[in-house]
Amino acid sequence: MIHSLFLVNSSGDIFLEKHWKSVVSRSVCDYFFEAQERASEPENVPPVIPTPHHYLISVLRHRIYFVAVIQSEVPPLFVIEFLHRVVDTFQDYFGVCTEAAIKDNVVVVYELLEEMLDNGFPLATESNILKELIKPPTILRTVVNTITGSTNVGEQLPTGQLSVVPWRRTGVKYTNNEAYFDVVEEIDAIIDKSGSTITAEIQGVIDACVKLSGMPDLTLSFMNPRLLDDVSFHPCVRFKRWEAERILSFIPPDGNFRLLSYHVSSQNLVAIPVYVKHNITFREGSSQGRFELTLGPKQTMGKAVESVLVSSQLPRGVLNVNLNPSQGTYTFDPVTKLLSWDVGKINPQKLPSLKGSMSLQAGASKPDENPTINIQFKIQQMAISGLKVNRLDMYGEKYKPFKGIKYMTKAGKVPEGRRDEAALP
Amino acid sequence: MLDSNKDSLKLEAMKRIVAMMARGKNASDLFPAVVKNVACKNIEVKKLVYVYLVRYAEEQQDLALLSISTFQRGLKDPNQLIRASALRVLSSIRVTIIIPIMMLAIKDAASDMSPYVRKTAAHAIPKLYSLDPEQKEPLIEVIEKLLADKTTLVAGSVVMAFEGVCPERIDLIHKNYRKLCNLLIDVEEWGQVVIINMLTRYARTQFLNPNANEVLLEEGEEKEFYGSDEEEGKEEKVEKKKPYVMDPDHRLLLRNTKPLLQSRNAAVVMAVAQLYFHLAPKAEVGVTAKALVRLLRSHSEVQFVVLQNVATMSIKRKGMFETYLKSFYIRSTDPTQIKVLKLEVLTNLATETSISIILREFQTYIKSMDKDFVAATIQAIGRCATNIGEVRDTCLNGLVQLLSNRDELVVAESVVVIKKLLQMQPEQHSDIIKHMAKLIENIQVPMARASILWLIGEYCEHVPKIAPDVLRKMAKSFTSEEDIVKLQILNLAAKLYLTNSKQTKLLTQYVLNLAKYDQNYDIRDRARFIRQLIVPTDKGGALSKYAKKLFLALKPAPILESPFKDRDHFQLGSLSHLLNVKAGGYQELPDWPETAPDPSVRNVEVMDAVETVLDPVLAFRQVPEWTKSSSREKRKEKKKVEKPFYSDSEDESRLTESADSDSNTGSGSESSSATEESDSGSKSEDSGGESESEQQEKPNRKADKSSRAQRVTQETGDSERSSGEERRTAKKTTEPRSESESEEEGKESSSESSESESESETESKEESEPDTEAKRNAKKKAITPRAPDKPREEKQEVSLLDLDDFDLNPSPRVNPVNSFMSSSLVADLEGLSLTHSALPPPTISPTFSSLKTYELLHRLTGEGLAVGYCFGRQPFVRDPHMVTVQIQFTNHMDTEARNLRVREPRLQSGMRIKEFPEIEVLPPGETVTTVMGIDFCDSTQAANFQLCTHTRKFCVSIQPPVGELMAPVFMLENEFKKEQGQLMGMNEIKETLVLGEACQSDYAIVQRVTAAANVGQVPCGSDQEYSSTPPPCSPLVSRFAGKTMTSNSLVLVTVITKRDRTAQLTVNCEKMVIGTMLVKDILHALSQ
Repeated sequence: MIHSLFLVNSSGDIFLEKHWKSVVSRSVCDYFFEAQERASEPENVPPVIPTPHHYLISVLRHRIYFVAVIQSEVPPLFVIEFLHRVVDTFQDYFGVCTEAAIKDNVVVVYELLEEMLDNGFPLATESNILKELIKPPTILRTVVNTITGSTNVGEQLPTGQLSVVPWRRTGVKYTNNEAYFDVVEEIDAIIDKSGSTITAEIQGVIDACVKLSGMPDLTLSFMNPRLLDDVSFHPCVRFKRWEAERILSFIPPDGNFRLLSYHVSSQNLVAIPVYVKHNITFREGSSQGRFELTLGPKQTMGKAVESVLVSSQLPRGVLNVNLNPSQGTYTFDPVTKLLSWDVGKINPQKLPSLKGSMSLQAGASKPDENPTINIQFKIQQMAISGLKVNRLDMYGEKYKPFKGIKYMTKAGKVPEGRRDEAALP
Repeated sequence: MLDSNKDSLKLEAMKRIVAMMARGKNASDLFPAVVKNVACKNIEVKKLVYVYLVRYAEEQQDLALLSISTFQRGLKDPNQLIRASALRVLSSIRVTIIIPIMMLAIKDAASDMSPYVRKTAAHAIPKLYSLDPEQKEPLIEVIEKLLADKTTLVAGSVVMAFEGVCPERIDLIHKNYRKLCNLLIDVEEWGQVVIINMLTRYARTQFLNPNANEVLLEEGEEKEFYGSDEEEGKEEKVEKKKPYVMDPDHRLLLRNTKPLLQSRNAAVVMAVAQLYFHLAPKAEVGVTAKALVRLLRSHSEVQFVVLQNVATMSIKRKGMFETYLKSFYIRSTDPTQIKVLKLEVLTNLATETSISIILREFQTYIKSMDKDFVAATIQAIGRCATNIGEVRDTCLNGLVQLLSNRDELVVAESVVVIKKLLQMQPEQHSDIIKHMAKLIENIQVPMARASILWLIGEYCEHVPKIAPDVLRKMAKSFTSEEDIVKLQILNLAAKLYLTNSKQTKLLTQYVLNLAKYDQNYDIRDRARFIRQLIVPTDKGGALSKYAKKLFLALKPAPILESPFKDRDHFQLGSLSHLLNVKAGGYQELPDWPETAPDPSVRNVEVMDAVETVLDPVLAFRQVPEWTKSSSREKRKEKKKVEKPFYSDSEDESRLTESADSDSNTGSGSESSSATEESDSGSKSEDSGGESESEQQEKPNRKADKSSRAQRVTQETGDSERSSGEERRTAKKTTEPRSESESEEEGKESSSESSESESESETESKEESEPDTEAKRNAKKKAITPRAPDKPREEKQEVSLLDLDDFDLNPSPRVNPVNSFMSSSLVADLEGLSLTHSALPPPTISPTFSSLKTYELLHRLTGEGLAVGYCFGRQPFVRDPHMVTVQIQFTNHMDTEARNLRVREPRLQSGMRIKEFPEIEVLPPGETVTTVMGIDFCDSTQAANFQLCTHTRKFCVSIQPPVGELMAPVFMLENEFKKEQGQLMGMNEIKETLVLGEACQSDYAIVQRVTAAANVGQVPCGSDQEYSSTPPPCSPLVSRFAGKTMTSNSLVLVTVITKRDRTAQLTVNCEKMVIGTMLVKDILHALSQ
């Protein structure tokens, strides 16, 4: 299985290595650097690189490459999934997963990696168990540790690993018993130049933050579970209960976790909450182009569209832009030709717009690519699919927990307006 | 600092050392100092020392020995976690001297009390194996032992060890196969991946190909499959055409892996997907598509791997992803490698219907700024054009338009693709060639230039004027061209010389001369070759007359194929598949066996192993209303099972909820059964069989034997009906077994070739009963080696009659139902004492033998084909809202009826039909039964559809009696009363009636009601309902509960019998129409 792990930063330095079997020389990473050089973009490095004796499987997260070295056949997704789990764990422990954070906590990182794999086979990947084994560093604890000389390593041995619910640690105690659920939905849509939707889909997740004492057994039911088309669960969810009654029944892990991610069936028409009016023209022969962009809300059920960010990759021929936003600020990077406009909140009375001119390379012919426009936004307190949580019940414990549910809609990774402009003479 | 007395200083030192290690600096000089601290009390120091040891012990073997004694002490620690960690470090230290110690430690740990330590032992096995491969044999023994472990904790790790050490020892899996399948859902996710991959390989060696028939058909067209020995071949073909019956173990695997598609772990989902791809019948592979598409929203690395696999799958099973076409649309922010893969998938998915939208997408992609991607898109268009003839012209036109694109790369790529397309039909497109000839002045990309030249040369007859001119221009720039272009210039010159030597003779000479002094030897070589070939010389040149043939031969058009075409011989999801190269340690996916190996090897002989195996299956499969009914058995089983599985926890919690009432009714029904024993002795075992131990059961059974045989032959049915209720509760555990039993029964009975099934079964039963298990097995084994094919086939024949399709449900024929019932009953009785060989199939069989058969098609109207149907009363497996309709075809014709299937259903809105699988051949005189599901939407409207044979169509309709639109629900009396209280008023219909002659006894009432409607009786706290002499004065109450199929609304039926042969019937149902109709039906049934 996994032989070794190398962490490589964006400038190509190996800043951490860990071996679970015999030591593999770090020169094996040369193949990786070679592939990295060939790739034009950082994300274009192939995830699997064969070398004469090893295979390198890498993931890129937070501008750090996690390169796993394996020697024999193993499902590549197995390794990739594990590496992502490692990153998630780091993030869980240190808040961020940056080179600096890892370097600062190198001992904890090492201890974690030691626990997560045994001889290259995953051993403990549940964050609840790991936290019992190795306490996450907090400022308070660091201070206490330096004074008293106590350690981050849990004194008592983890019992969770032995229990029937391996994801929950035992003996949890809180004074305030709380359970929060965030329903976050993302829209992914491709819209053509005329404004008609090519594809649109909604993915959602329910992230939970459960801080309940003891061994609570929760059930969560929805008003409209039929909306959920394709779901994947945290292992704690009882599958057959869902199959039979469409109710989520589970003993939650302690702390933050992703309860469920779902896909809203495509039969339901997806209403896109914003629209874009655009007019981007280049004139043949002249070195000027016109740029006009207006945003507006659409079907948001009275909720405000916030944190709007518009970005567009302009054609290579564009030298600079001179634009005038009605609100927010814009930036243009003349090297990457990336235009981004931080709009903020959309006011339905006064629609934000961005107008101005682009200067093109003198003598260059009219660019024939059409820029695509990507929009990011957030809408609080609304799940665009209409999903509603009906109720949350708790069994198994006596106290009354505080329950909270939050809805949010945001643009997915890439909602985009693909423009397909007709050439003007 | 390491020598200090203070732990904090030691810790600080260790932390620095670890930091050094992390940075890759060599810290091995400190080894002696560190090793001393291995016995340190501080846990963190200890852990860091372990980390250090594992890293450097290999380099400093002698010094590492100093630490061994500490670990040995640790191995004996009372705390399981310390034992485990000691073993872990001990086995991680790669020091060859301690191999014997490791071996001992592993052996000890493998039989440790704690499953966690056993898990660590499993982890240690591959470590030791990699250190010393000679330990293989003893390690295999340990693996074998650990494989038998029943805890989920160990399962994943030990399979991992198995894969690492002895993947070829498939025989070790046999005994544990079913256990692994059943545990699978509770194993931790990483273990799941490993187990699923291993089981895929296992299944490939043990089961028959579910798609064998189709494969045969496909291959039969291409080549004579059994060409060499024709007669045998034919025979085999005929045999194969027989409906394929999936091995129940095979089905078990598929069923138990399916819920894992919902896993959050991409690797698990992929593993299940590949399992389905490699093992499932074609029709079922589709279920994985949705989950795979879901993975496309994950991290880009995951996408990359999944798309690779989807690309391979989409070639073989196009239909699978068609509905998800849009999910493969490319987004501008995708990395290029993802874009190219998505393009690949889109191209594979293109069909006549979808091509237009795909092409429109492609058009947008061409305008992308990512040039590699644009090039890939153009190639994809080319492939679409070659694969789908209709759009070839459109594509070609589009590509020609691209020729005027400003981007040279785009143009070049289009030229190359156009060249390939033109090769297919050059005649019609001479203007395109002309156009391209003009382009040559502008295009600089060598590959494109070469392509144009080749085209002009190849089709110089279509462009007689332009070709020499192009050659002239090329001759001018010859020296500055790239090598491939030069070669093509030579080619062009030679071809022109042959066709049009008048104009081009001098030019050719010139070009050849230039080439003669070229730097590249290939070009010089080619020039020399061409000169000799085409320029007539004095020396004869025997070849020159063939020159024309050589150069101007018709060339076959190239076939544009997907690079993923032949990748599926690698196991999907594997590294080898991804790289298309065999990776080290890759285990080939074996081909399906021609005949299935003996399935009995998977039989588990140990009694309680079966119990544990059954337990999770049941827990997993149960529909909620059953869980309570089975809780009694559950509880008993739980005592036996050492450690409850996670999936049970739910039931457990439920159990506590209803514990009080449950125990009441439990004892109640048991006592009631006791009173009834006078009627039929069988019942005592129905309930007794669950609770009593094997030894107690045996004498009982002997005593019952005669009465049972009698009952079976006479088939009075009464006893069965009366026991129906209990059976229903007992069914949970016994039924699944009984079916498997009946299957085995069938095997035996057919081998004895007796005439009537029911008789033979009882006979064989009696015969085999005294046999011990061992004998039984021995007998089976004795048959198998003699004719390995035979038992299987016979079994198939029998199962044709008895278990038509394992997945659906058994025996719909009215007559055989009895025999089936009896066999299942017999099996019930024996259930526990026998080897529970097969797995429990998913259905409950009909409780009552009184299935009414209706006529669908009379044999006269059907021209010899008679079709009857009855309502099976089992839940339809594939859709809980559907009513199961069993259809029985009998062929009274002299010829075969072929291709029986359903067509053109004309349904009321909302109604749905799940058709039965097409019946390919029905030989004359034979009878076949199949099952379809119909969702009637809780109405008695008929479902109309056409029944087609290969020659005729018949319009038929199935109209359900209202009683069949519901399914029984198990509820307790107080629940019943509560529900009834909520369904008063409009929803309640009361009717008084006079009971018919035959309806005096309570059995009769129960039987009549349940025959009229598919409802379940509500057990009553008192035993009065069952006792044959009701206490005077007190009215007798029977309650029944059911729910409608589609809307799940409750249907509650109460019959209160009074002394004077009158009775009051009450029906409570939310749906008044159903209620009214039901009252009518029951009234009719009771007053007859």
